[in-house]
Amino acid sequence: MKYVALVYYDEAVMQTLSQQQWDELNQECIACGDSLRERNYMLGGQALQPTTIATTLRVRSGQVEITDGPFAETKEQLAGFYLLDVKDLNEAIQVASKIPPARYGSIEIRPVRELQATGNQSY
Amino acid sequence: MNKENTLVRTEAVKNKLAAIYRDEGRRIYATLIRLLGDFELAEEALHDAFSIAMTKWQVEGIPNKPANWLVSTGRFKAIDQLRRQHRHREIVAQLASELPDQDLANDEFLLADEQLIADDQLRLIFTCCHPALDTKVQVALTLREVCGLTTEQIASAFLTSVSTMAQRIVRGKQKIRTAHIPFQLPPQAQLEERIDAVLSVIYLVYNEGYSSSAGDSVTRTELTTEAIRLARQLQSFLADKEITGLLALMLLNESRRNARINKQGDIILLAEQDRSLWNQTLIQEGIALVKSSTAGGEYGFYTLQAAIAAEHAQACNANDTNWQQVLTWYSLLLQVAPSPVIELNRAVAVAMHHGPEAALLLVEQLLQQKVMQKYHLCFATYAELLGQVGRKDEARTALKHALTLTKQAPEQRILKSKLAALSAS
Repeated sequence: MKYVALVYYDEAVMQTLSQQQWDELNQECIACGDSLRERNYMLGGQALQPTTIATTLRVRSGQVEITDGPFAETKEQLAGFYLLDVKDLNEAIQVASKIPPARYGSIEIRPVRELQATGNQSY
Repeated sequence: MNKENTLVRTEAVKNKLAAIYRDEGRRIYATLIRLLGDFELAEEALHDAFSIAMTKWQVEGIPNKPANWLVSTGRFKAIDQLRRQHRHREIVAQLASELPDQDLANDEFLLADEQLIADDQLRLIFTCCHPALDTKVQVALTLREVCGLTTEQIASAFLTSVSTMAQRIVRGKQKIRTAHIPFQLPPQAQLEERIDAVLSVIYLVYNEGYSSSAGDSVTRTELTTEAIRLARQLQSFLADKEITGLLALMLLNESRRNARINKQGDIILLAEQDRSLWNQTLIQEGIALVKSSTAGGEYGFYTLQAAIAAEHAQACNANDTNWQQVLTWYSLLLQVAPSPVIELNRAVAVAMHHGPEAALLLVEQLLQQKVMQKYHLCFATYAELLGQVGRKDEARTALKHALTLTKQAPEQRILKSKLAALSAS
C-alpha cells in the first residue's frame, strides 16, 4: 500500500529556531530518510522551499494564470513529503511518527489513488 | 416425515438460529470480517449463512459446531458470489487460494485456532475505535458493528436523523477500506493508547445513555447496558486496570439509576437521593472492582473516578461519607487529569469536609477562568455555598446567572426550585 505523508509546519515558528537547531533538525531528517529507505519503507520524498517562493498556476478558459505564493494561506504550510510503501495505515502511522518535524507541525497521511483508464473511484 | 414433524423441526431450527444469532452472531460476524477483509461482504455473508442454515438444517439436522458451520458457509457463499460477479478479482484470487479442497462442513482448518477466533471480537472493537476515525464515527461503528444495534436505534439514542447516522457509518467503513485500517490487534507498544481510545468510546456511549436528558428512555438504557457489556467483554480479553476502573465506575453510577430521577423526570442530586433505592448488587461488584484496580498504587483516570464513586456508595448519607478520603482521590485525579470541572467537584467535597467558607474561596478562584464563567453548574455551586454562609442576595444573583447559561429543561427546573427555596427562606 502506498501512502504519501505530507509534512506541515508553521514556517514562522521554524524561523525562530537558531541556525544550530535548524541544522540539527535537518540532520535528523536526513537520518530519518536514510533509515526509511534502508528498510524499504520509502519510495521517495523531498523537503520543499518555503511557501514565499511558491508559484501557483491555474488554467482558466485555456489561459494560464500565474500568481505569486501558495494556493491558500494556511496556519501550517506544506514543507515536504514522503512517498511510503507500507503494509497498512497502522504501519504508515508508525513510520510517519518518526518524521522529525512531526514534533513541530503535523503530518497528513493520505493513501494514494491509482489512476485507472475506467471505473475510477469517485470522490 | 409427516407434516407435524416438519413443523416441529422448522420451529426448532428457527429457535436455535435465533439463539445463535443473539449469543454468537457478533462473534461470527467478526470472524467473517477477518476472513473476508471487508465489512459489507461479511455482513452479506452473515445473512446468507443464516438463511442457508434455515433450510439446510431442517433436512440435515443441526451441525455439531453450529457457529463454525455458519462461518464456513458464509465465507464460502461470499467467495462464490464474488466469483460469479467477476468483480474484485484480486480479493477472489487471494481468498480462493486459502480455500481447501475439502467438504466445507468439515472446514475445521480455519476454526481450529480458538484464540484467533476469540480475538476477532477484540480486533473488531479496536478497528471500530481506531484513532484515525472521528470520535463520532468510532461511537457509531462500535454500536453498529460490535454491539449489533440497528442504525435506527443508534440514531434515536443520539437524537440524530437516521440518514445522518447511516452516513456516519458508511463514512467510517469507507475510510477503513480505503485507508487500509487493518483488522488486527494493536502492537504491544501501542496497546495502552489504543485501549484508552476504546475506553473513551465506551464511556461516551455510557454517558450518552446515563446523562442525556432527552430521547426516549428505552434506547438510553440500551446504551448503558451495551457500554457495560462492552467493558465486561474487554475485561475478559485484556488485563488492564483502567478497563476494570471504567467498569467499576459505570456499575457504581448505574447502581443509583432508580434514585437519581424523580417522578417529574428531574435529576435528584447525590446528597438528596433516597439511598435505599441504590442497587446493592451493583455496588458490591463495583467496590470489589475498585479494590482490585487501586491495588498496586498506580491510579488511572477511570479508576480514580470509580474510587470516588465507591466512597459515596459506601456511605449511608452525605454526612457519613469519608470526605477526607474523597479529597485524597480528587487530588490524585487532578494530577492525572487537570480540569476546572474536576476542581469544582473537589470544591464541593471541600465544603463537606472543611465547611463552605474554604470551598467559596476555591470556587471564586475558578470563576476567574473563562470556561467556568460559561458553566451553569459553577454558578449553581457558588450560589449553594453563598446560601450556606447566609449571603442570600448574592446567592440569588448567582442562581439567576446560572439560569441564563443552560437551555436544558430539567437543569432549569432544578435551578428555579432552588431560587424559590432561597426566596422562601
